[in-house]
Amino acid sequence: MRVAAVLLACWAASAVAQTRAIPATDLRSGLSFGSAELRAMQADDFANPGMLWVERGEKLWQTPAGTAGRTCASCHVDPATSMKGVAARYPALDAKAGRVIDLEGRINACRTSRQQAPSLAAESEDLLALTAFIAYHSRGLPLSVAIGEGARTTFEQGRDLYYVRHGQMNLSCADCHERTGGAAYSPRRSAKAIPMPTRRIASNGRLSARWGAEYGHACSAFAPRCCPTMIRGSPRSSSS
Amino acid sequence: MAASRVQVPAEVRRGDSVEVKISIRHPMESGFRVDDSGRRIARNTIREFTCRYNGKPVFVARLGSGIAANPYLRFFLTAAESGQLSFEWVDEAGERGDALASLTVVG
Amino acid sequence: MKRDASPPIASAHRRRLIVAGGAILAARMLPARADSAPLPAIPELDAYLAGRTPQLGRLILDLPRLADDGNAVAMRVTMPGPFAQGEHVTSIALFSEKNPVPKMAQFEFPLPSERVDIESRVRLAGSQRVVAVAILAGGAVHAAIAEVVVTLAACLDGS
Repeated sequence: MRVAAVLLACWAASAVAQTRAIPATDLRSGLSFGSAELRAMQADDFANPGMLWVERGEKLWQTPAGTAGRTCASCHVDPATSMKGVAARYPALDAKAGRVIDLEGRINACRTSRQQAPSLAAESEDLLALTAFIAYHSRGLPLSVAIGEGARTTFEQGRDLYYVRHGQMNLSCADCHERTGGAAYSPRRSAKAIPMPTRRIASNGRLSARWGAEYGHACSAFAPRCCPTMIRGSPRSSSS
Repeated sequence: MAASRVQVPAEVRRGDSVEVKISIRHPMESGFRVDDSGRRIARNTIREFTCRYNGKPVFVARLGSGIAANPYLRFFLTAAESGQLSFEWVDEAGERGDALASLTVVG
Repeated sequence: MKRDASPPIASAHRRRLIVAGGAILAARMLPARADSAPLPAIPELDAYLAGRTPQLGRLILDLPRLADDGNAVAMRVTMPGPFAQGEHVTSIALFSEKNPVPKMAQFEFPLPSERVDIESRVRLAGSQRVVAVAILAGGAVHAAIAEVVVTLAACLDGS
């Protein structure tokens, strides 16, 4: 009986392990494929333009918004403690909303419900700034997105999407980011899993405070828009 | 929008070469990008950037589409008297930006 | 062994070959013009130089040999001192071989600086050479050339 239980546990463990196409130890940030100069630019806290948004976010943190006249600091006080690790947990299940939301969604939920302020538009300077500022306080921390319980269905939807081929080039996320991670299809080398949050010096030097996660969780702007355009598929909306 | 970030050393000696760094939020729209509907986005770059040291221009940068978005500039000036560094820039749409930094010179 | 007499046509041809060969040898012996071979042919650069021949070797242009993304390529241009009286750097201009707009930037020093060392980030529309030209107060012109292989070209694809 005990042997059966152990065998079952082993089988279950290996079954779970099989859902990971790339072992956790093999996951590599896309940045690790970049040249030394690119990594140096990314690492330079002054020259990295993303810090312009982080600084803006810091100001917004102290700025009253909405009819309640509250700032982020009114509730969350010191971001170094209150926001540490927060960005690493998103996308996450929002118990109240009953669905998985990303960090931008969480910020807007706070704005509407706590500050009685209007939502910030997706990809707007202010929302990018606040997201970058909050993500900055998770710098260096590993992603720890929960995919159990209420998030399971969304995770599985995302995972299925990750493996579906679409677009003119008939490519799925996995084709570049899993099967051939590290190779260069077009000029960019694909990350083996896309590690986020990061203030990437993206195309054209604009900030991309972008989100992604292994196996394609519900994403915000980057994966729905940029990647589908690259494989000539139709962009997904940020809210889907 | 945090329009810029400036970095100068807190204190320098007279005659030293002072490293000045500035990072400016500006898309430096090249005029070659297209939006989602395929329309060309008009060019708009910072054309002239001036650094003044106690009112006197010490460094001028004439930029264009060949400079990356969110321009980063690093240059040196020679420390003379204590005072103020002022930075000004203007883009092709006529939008102006500015920043200030103080410079303490000892010796 | 009996030697065949060369037919008249062949000997005229041989004479032409010898003359051509001589001309090539003579051309190679002439000193190369400093501004012809190394500088890329960029009309805006030629206009900027206005017939002046830049000296190579003192001005230093640093660009990575391989740039991942042409949208933001780290650039550093340095003119080591010391500078004699009246010989300080007044301006440094950057020219691109392949960009849609060849003149990329111009940096000016209304007040002389002891240290001329400028960093910025440039856009490169594909693999190419970039030329920096420094003009000194006394009129001397210096240039530096850097070659970059660019993986992802800027500007050209509309993104």
